[in-house]
Amino acid sequence: MNKPTPASTRHSDSDRLNSDWFADKLVQALVFIGGVSAIIFIIGIFVFITREGVGFLLGDFSFKEFFLSPNWRPTSENKATYGILALIAGTASVTGLAMLVAIPFSLGTAVFIAEFATGKTREFLKITVELLAAIPSVVWGFIGLAIMNPLIIDIFHVPVGLNVLNAGIILGLMAAPIMTSIAEDALKAVPDRYREAAEALGATRWQVIYKVVFPAAKNGLLGAVLLGVGRGFGETMAVLMATGHSINIPGSVFDSVRALTATIAAELGETAVGSTHYRALFTIGIALFLITFIINLIADLVVRDVRKG
Amino acid sequence: MFEASQINRRNLAWQKVFRFMLGAMTASLILPVALILGTLVIKGTPVISFDFLFTSPTNGMTEGGIFPALLGTILLVLVALLASVPLGVAAAIYLSEYAPNNWFTRTINLAIINLAGVPSIVHALAGLGAFVLFFRFGTSILAASLTLAVMALPVVIVATRESLQSVPLAFREACWNMGATRWQTIRRIVLPNAVTGILTGVILEVSRVAGETAPIMFTGAVFFLPFLPSSVFDQTMALSLHLFVVSTQVPNMPEAVPYGVALVLIGLVLLMNSASIALRMYLRGKKKW
Repeated sequence: MNKPTPASTRHSDSDRLNSDWFADKLVQALVFIGGVSAIIFIIGIFVFITREGVGFLLGDFSFKEFFLSPNWRPTSENKATYGILALIAGTASVTGLAMLVAIPFSLGTAVFIAEFATGKTREFLKITVELLAAIPSVVWGFIGLAIMNPLIIDIFHVPVGLNVLNAGIILGLMAAPIMTSIAEDALKAVPDRYREAAEALGATRWQVIYKVVFPAAKNGLLGAVLLGVGRGFGETMAVLMATGHSINIPGSVFDSVRALTATIAAELGETAVGSTHYRALFTIGIALFLITFIINLIADLVVRDVRKG
Repeated sequence: MFEASQINRRNLAWQKVFRFMLGAMTASLILPVALILGTLVIKGTPVISFDFLFTSPTNGMTEGGIFPALLGTILLVLVALLASVPLGVAAAIYLSEYAPNNWFTRTINLAIINLAGVPSIVHALAGLGAFVLFFRFGTSILAASLTLAVMALPVVIVATRESLQSVPLAFREACWNMGATRWQTIRRIVLPNAVTGILTGVILEVSRVAGETAPIMFTGAVFFLPFLPSSVFDQTMALSLHLFVVSTQVPNMPEAVPYGVALVLIGLVLLMNSASIALRMYLRGKKKW
């Protein structure tokens, strides 16, 4: 096989090697751009929302009014006020109720799928959860509006069914599939030998889960919860349609509220580019960006900790 | 011979209780949604007809069909795919095949996670600030699609990276040992083995992008247009926004119409998702390693 090759062929061989080497370097540079694009985009998002919102931050912005006043009256003729406290309360109450619904149910479902269900049942449940996660948020909003609203009015005899309860349940149902699949991944990541060792000692399945799997998957489960919170917090269309959209610090779950995200979605179309109102909405956007950034950062640190351990 | 002790029996009884409770939780998460979807199907199906899908809305959107919205959604998805798939695949190739394990790669990964976690309305604001105003695309299909593309980028990257990484390292090593460069190995060995997996991710992205509303509200989608868009610099209607409009913004809307729109939208999204899942299962069955 090792015939001596003619000099000419050898020459072209090395040429080909060279061009292959260059192609390799070129591709490496191109895919590197792709990789860096994620960083560029996340910085770009921050830069562009700041660019539109900074006029408000440097002008009419007052920390005290913005965060501590419940009066969001950007279109008032006498004195426009920009306080987002009621909007924060709206977002927090809806997200809080949603997590109250979603956390136990999604963790329970994740445990059932990962530890108890087998074969076809398990495959079916996993696919169902994945499909549920795909339902668009505007459809959830419509469900809140058209199905949940009359249901709540009927059951609780309240005048309006678009309130914290409605949006909380809708958001909970929305966030649950995602939390379930992340939590299930975390449970799956616990090595089987842990389970085998515990079972060999005579532990029942539930004891194995409670005493061995949970502690080992703790951080992954926490990550799932955090991502669920982040998702609920940033949800726009569903809360816009199901909360009732009235500015209110809620006293009960039957009060209508308005969320931070929904305020932007509802009002941005009516503002003139560059007006104070427009810039104030972008400032809310900056706050949303920073808060979700922090939540994601913590979730990532927590989850990475799992992989190390 | 071996008899369960008191404690064993009690533990096993508890296990049954927990198992039942967890099963009940699972059911109570899935059943209500199944009921809700059932209601959508029952109330929406009578509305859907050939005319509903292929004519324009008339009479203040209370009559007629949804064709411009359907077409708009397809256009938005296509342009978003054109922008995000090449970039996302490149990013995934870099992360899976080239990236060293250092702080910079970790930063990229963190950026991807954050890109996926940024609220959709913030994507809308950024799209408005960047594409509509700064790059002067105006409120157009192009601006809306690019906003969607940025938002969907993590979906493509994550799915592609996973399918690239599922190609065994031994395949690559064999190829390298033949004297192939990294790129030759990727093009001839890794990509052909991963292409169906990448396709799965792309279909998933389609389903995600088709349902999004907030990012396109201020960047290119409008409530109503009397004509169809003729270029990417035109505005368009979109199915998701149309559902929002007919269910909240139009007075005297016949009750059934929003159900029809919701059913078409959810049908489109779930169809795409099921296709993606089916493809993945087919792939798993076919895999020989």
